[in-house]
Amino acid sequence: MDLAGLVDVVYSPVVDVKEYPENVDVCLIEGAVCNEDNLELLHKIRQRTKVLIAFGDCAVTANVPAMRNQLGLGNEESVLQRAYVENAQFNQRVPSAGDGIVPTLLKRVMPVHEAVHVEHFLPGCPPSAANIKALVTQLLAGGPKLEGKQIKFG
Amino acid sequence: MAAKTLTIDGKQITAEEGETVLQAASEAKINIPTLCHLDGVYDVGACRLCLIEVAGVPKLLPACTTKVAEGMEIKTDSERLRKYRRMTLELLFAERNHVCAVCVSNGHCELQTLGYSLGVDHVRSDYLFPKWSVDTTHSLYGMDHNRCVLCSRCVRVCWHIEGAGTKNIAGRGTKSNIITDLNMPWGDSDSCTKCGKCVQACPTGALFHKGSTVGEMERDRSRLEFLVTAREKKQWIAAD
Ligand code: SF4
Ligand code: SF4
Ligand code: FES
Repeated sequence: MDLAGLVDVVYSPVVDVKEYPENVDVCLIEGAVCNEDNLELLHKIRQRTKVLIAFGDCAVTANVPAMRNQLGLGNEESVLQRAYVENAQFNQRVPSAGDGIVPTLLKRVMPVHEAVHVEHFLPGCPPSAANIKALVTQLLAGGPKLEGKQIKFG
Repeated sequence: MAAKTLTIDGKQITAEEGETVLQAASEAKINIPTLCHLDGVYDVGACRLCLIEVAGVPKLLPACTTKVAEGMEIKTDSERLRKYRRMTLELLFAERNHVCAVCVSNGHCELQTLGYSLGVDHVRSDYLFPKWSVDTTHSLYGMDHNRCVLCSRCVRVCWHIEGAGTKNIAGRGTKSNIITDLNMPWGDSDSCTKCGKCVQACPTGALFHKGSTVGEMERDRSRLEFLVTAREKKQWIAAD
């Protein structure tokens, strides 16, 4: 809560703003890069942000979302088939790209730093509140220096 | 046996002839990171995490298989060593599928611990995302190739302590993998005595007791140490 006075949260899933603003100092990015929407937003964020932080194992290692990579390239069809037809009870139908519901999946799920330059990393699944606080505090004081268990995967 | 004097990180120490640098260092309370080394079984120098600098030798040497020599000057920590250790760990993470969040060894894994201790907060090489299987044909244990670092500890305890010779390594490069007998499902093996020493020896989540779920796989190395002491010193002392 002491941190709340020191930062302005300008964009997040719980903020009303729909468009990522210009001139952002720091952005914590969670999640792996899985589809074209992710990739487009990520490039926009990189352009408009000074410091990017890959936040959590999915952003840092691609983690569970990247398990589909083990099926080999070209699994975009088969995973949708599995999710929307084989495992669906009702309305079994693969949404088509034109519907604008499911963005086109990338061939390969990537960690954030494989797509754009990332300044700092906070692994953890999920990162603990103490580690998030340490990271943001250190960031305000000049730059993160997380070490030991603070950077444990998983 | 003759004593040798040498310097490790500026500290003068004496060690017995025939000892490895790793043994000498650990007696002097100097910590060198290791992964394939396991107390009680012979060393093979498979993981290269214990690399050290020896004055006058241009290449880096593994501490676990390098014998002490008179007048040796050793460094166990330097910018160069940290760089290589970190790179080695990153390549191990990139080579198989280490999804710690859903791994039986999460929180008790030597690879994971080495990673955070040596500053691996992300992996710079592209992950390979290979396709490997999980063998759950054995009645008691399972083998998840996705988590194997090919340290060969399981192979060495199986041959050297149990004397069963069930576990082996087959293949080359990224296709290398641990096999059972002549590459058959573990459950079909006639040579496996079901002793579970390989499971106790494994540093990662690759070998596990069936039924363990995320983070549940903790190992008890004292059982292996007990057997080795009993065999080598004829002393049957249970570790406390
Ligand atoms: S074996 Fe270790 S490093 Fe690999 S996924 Fe499991 S906990 Fe993580
Ligand atoms: S199964 Fe475990 S002990 Fe055997 S080589 Fe792989 S990581 Fe090492
Ligand atoms: S511990 Fe020496 S090479 Fe693995």
